[in-house]
Amino acid sequence: MKKKVICLLSAALLTVASLCGCGGSGGQGSASGGDVFKIGGIGPTTGGAAIYGSDVRDAIQIAVDEVNAAGGINGFKIEYRFEDDEHNAEKAVNAYNTLKDWGMQMLIGTVTSAPCIAVSELTHTDNMFQLTPSGTAVQCVQYDNAFRVCFSDPDQGAASADYIAGNADLGSKPVAIIYDSSTEYSTGIHDSFVAKAGDLGVNIVSDTSFTTDSNTDFSVQLQTSKDAGAELLFLPIYYQEASLILQQANAMGYAPVFFGVDGMDGILGVENFDTSLAEGVYLLTPFSATAEDELTKNFVSKFEEKTGHVPNQFGADAYDAVYAIKAVCEKQDIKPSMSISEICDAMKTGMTSISLDKVLTSPTTISWTAQGEPNKDPRAVIIENGVYVLAK
Amino acid sequence: MKFTKQTKHDLITCGIVAAFYILVTILSATGHLSNHFRGLLVPLCYYAIAAVSLNLVVGILGDLSLGHAGFMCIGAFSSSLFSVAVKNSGLPSPLRFLIALVIGTLMAALFGFLIGIPVLRLNGDYLAIVTLAFGEIIKNFLSAVYLGYDEAGIHASFKSFQLQGEGKMLINGAMGIQGTPMDSSFTVAVLLLLITLAVVMNIVNSRTGRAIMAIRDNRIAAESVGINVTSYKMLAFTVSAAIAGCAGVLFSHNTTTLTASSTYFGYNVSIMILVYVVLGGIGSIRGSVIAAAVLYVLPEMLRGLSTYRMLIYSIVLIVMMLINWAPGAIAFRERYGIMAFLRRRNENRGKEGQRS
Amino acid sequence: MLNFLTYLINGLSLGSIYAIIALGYTMVYGIAKMLNFAHGDVIMIGSYLIYTGMITWGMHPVPAILLAVVGCTILGITTEKIAYKPLRGAGSSLAVLITAIGVSYFLQNLSLLIFTANPKSFTSVVGWEGVSLFGGELKIQGVTIVTIIVSLLVLAVLQFFINRTKQGQAMIAVSEDKGAASLMGINVNRTISLTFAIGSGLAAIAGALLCSAYPNLTPYTGAMPGIKAFVAAVLGGIGSIPGAMIGGLLLGVIESLSKRYISTQLSDAIVFSILIIVLLIRPTGLLGKKIQEKV
Repeated sequence: MKKKVICLLSAALLTVASLCGCGGSGGQGSASGGDVFKIGGIGPTTGGAAIYGSDVRDAIQIAVDEVNAAGGINGFKIEYRFEDDEHNAEKAVNAYNTLKDWGMQMLIGTVTSAPCIAVSELTHTDNMFQLTPSGTAVQCVQYDNAFRVCFSDPDQGAASADYIAGNADLGSKPVAIIYDSSTEYSTGIHDSFVAKAGDLGVNIVSDTSFTTDSNTDFSVQLQTSKDAGAELLFLPIYYQEASLILQQANAMGYAPVFFGVDGMDGILGVENFDTSLAEGVYLLTPFSATAEDELTKNFVSKFEEKTGHVPNQFGADAYDAVYAIKAVCEKQDIKPSMSISEICDAMKTGMTSISLDKVLTSPTTISWTAQGEPNKDPRAVIIENGVYVLAK
Repeated sequence: MKFTKQTKHDLITCGIVAAFYILVTILSATGHLSNHFRGLLVPLCYYAIAAVSLNLVVGILGDLSLGHAGFMCIGAFSSSLFSVAVKNSGLPSPLRFLIALVIGTLMAALFGFLIGIPVLRLNGDYLAIVTLAFGEIIKNFLSAVYLGYDEAGIHASFKSFQLQGEGKMLINGAMGIQGTPMDSSFTVAVLLLLITLAVVMNIVNSRTGRAIMAIRDNRIAAESVGINVTSYKMLAFTVSAAIAGCAGVLFSHNTTTLTASSTYFGYNVSIMILVYVVLGGIGSIRGSVIAAAVLYVLPEMLRGLSTYRMLIYSIVLIVMMLINWAPGAIAFRERYGIMAFLRRRNENRGKEGQRS
Repeated sequence: MLNFLTYLINGLSLGSIYAIIALGYTMVYGIAKMLNFAHGDVIMIGSYLIYTGMITWGMHPVPAILLAVVGCTILGITTEKIAYKPLRGAGSSLAVLITAIGVSYFLQNLSLLIFTANPKSFTSVVGWEGVSLFGGELKIQGVTIVTIIVSLLVLAVLQFFINRTKQGQAMIAVSEDKGAASLMGINVNRTISLTFAIGSGLAAIAGALLCSAYPNLTPYTGAMPGIKAFVAAVLGGIGSIPGAMIGGLLLGVIESLSKRYISTQLSDAIVFSILIIVLLIRPTGLLGKKIQEKV
């Protein structure tokens, strides 16, 4: 009985606290005073995918600080808040609602695909502008208010197949694939790669997978690839698992050509990783932390100072997202006093008419289609002496 | 009309849920409710339903199940499959949701029955690990399957495939089911919670419930007085699975994207529901509902603490467990707690009454 | 045939890791009758300690491991004192299971704050490359051999300790009947604390070997191996120390062979199906004791 009384009391307390805490704001999320832009971010900062969300959170902060220091957007400062979604669609919706209560006017997020799709449903209903740095699944940008900075999964799969088929060295090699069958990112790339490779006549000799629940031991998958005689190993997965695969392949004396996609970017930043293992790895990546241009050097040094590690494409995409918003806002003369819906409509037209030339995640320019996809060229790089070198 | 003490207790539980519903509706209508809190209402209900369903197995039947998220998964996928397939057929959405609900619940019940046959032969932690195993198998299987239809008919496979001509992918491997209509609402969720409470309480207070609790307290003694242990266990397990499936239906119709990943249906989710049950009081239906509500809302309310959020949540969880369960804390409460204080006052009053 | 042998050895190396984790699991379960869901996270903490010792402070692997063993032992005793001991004698054994989950969340989120989510690549504590057989066709890695030797050693020491020493006998007595044991003059609380100390110390060693074999260290590294080891311990008969060894090795071999010969996509499902089948045939695991039920 007492137990229940305590439960009841705490329940009542919590309810009251929550109602008092957030009730006042009314929750309609209309213009908030009108003197600052309120930009929200959502991504996982706890749980297994925490590294991606934390990187995005910190990179946005760096960009926001820079913009504010330089006078803000159209003379208005940016206020920025980031919420955790634990890589969970349900929690992402909660995070979105929290940000809406706070008065968010534009959303950078979410970082991962499934939560991004769930949130895009809500931003569409609210007509809130959404720019995801790294939601790669096709449906992330199915509505006209949503755009992305990264490539979509099918694009990456097809581009990889194109590159391999078109390359004189790689085209004739028998290919093995190891992918994560429990994530939409990896299966998305895998499925489009297999379809495209079939059309182009790439010879896939082995196609194995793993799941998030058993992502440490790859000896069987590697052995199967080796037994099938594969000379090129396509890895449409994230760098954490890729680093294990490189180490295990090395230990068993298997040395094919490794070919990764943008998830592979970051492998050189794994603390204490023996980068000699990654020598000769190909990857299609929009970003290179070792690039020599001023923009990249500035971002990388600030990021390292803030977090203690080298940024990968997640952070770079998020950084570009802030500057894309800034550029569009300036072009369309968007002011914080406008309503969320007005901002969104102005952003929608603005996004398709700009072309950014100073960005981290494209060697040339980046512009957007009305479907929300970025127009930028993937670049294939090879890792040589611990740095990315542009491949032929 | 006279109520027994138990009936009164049960009615109060339903009353709390109804009162909460009315309070929230009023606050919502007058615009005093934040978006954040409004978004929490439906999840709160389906986790409460799941906790009540698990309590039927853990508290009433006395077996530890670590696979209830698997039944939620079955309910979610089967109902979403239906809803997505008939989305554009002009079926009115309340009717569509009703059919989806029936399908989800029945499918979960069917799996509960099938899984129950082998599982309930085991005891204790072995039973727990086998339910965990079944939950993981369901999740693993559903995240690997591709299902779609086109002009040539229905296709199912463990590898992705291309559709010919007009057609639709229903389950797209790890991408799961996309585009489930958002038919869940707080009203529907509360109604389902009340129905769940009514069903479970009726079972508990019936002849069946007494038989099930007799099995829990002493299986051999129950058997020896002629209680059919297997069939009662099966009944409780199947009903529990069906209710968990119903929670899954609410879950899948609350967001448009449904994937069979560990985040939503892994063993850690089953364990999270178990936490609700144990903290609310094993066997206490009301406790399950309240604990589910409190523990679901807690981390959300801690959002202001940003990076320390989950750390604080874990500490609160440990402290709450110690306060609620530690024999030392219970003894302390009995001596100095509010209830003890009230009781002592009543006793004193009684004594005074006798004297005068 | 050689092909099959390769996969078998892959399975054994995976299984040896499960086995050494399962030993700690089953030890605590056998004496304290508690499923310690935080065991995997103690392993993770141990690995971070070794990493800090070896990489940040530049220590030799052996003192680094010793440091981790000491650290984990202290951690184990402290959590037992704060979170588990007050619940001894609680109304249900589930109460302590839930606090263990709370401790697991706590450790994960604490290391997330301290060590950040950025993965760290572990340097193997085993410097030896391993052996090549059949002219290099068949390779057995050094860490696999070391792991198997260490787990056999641990198994032998534990068996000796439990069956031949006074403290060990006290543990058996406590696991059979706490009340009777305390009547016989055994300090039950101290015996259980000792069990946690040993279990956590073993976790540090398991962490060293786990991260040497799969050198990727994040705050969530321990969670999944912890659950797999739990499955292995149940497979072998939870509470039985040789059972944990056999269960671990078997689980690794099953996982490896099913990935090779059935499906990589469904390997988790297959492993769990086999567990279910084994438990249906032998309801208390391979070496578990049959419990005679009494009224």
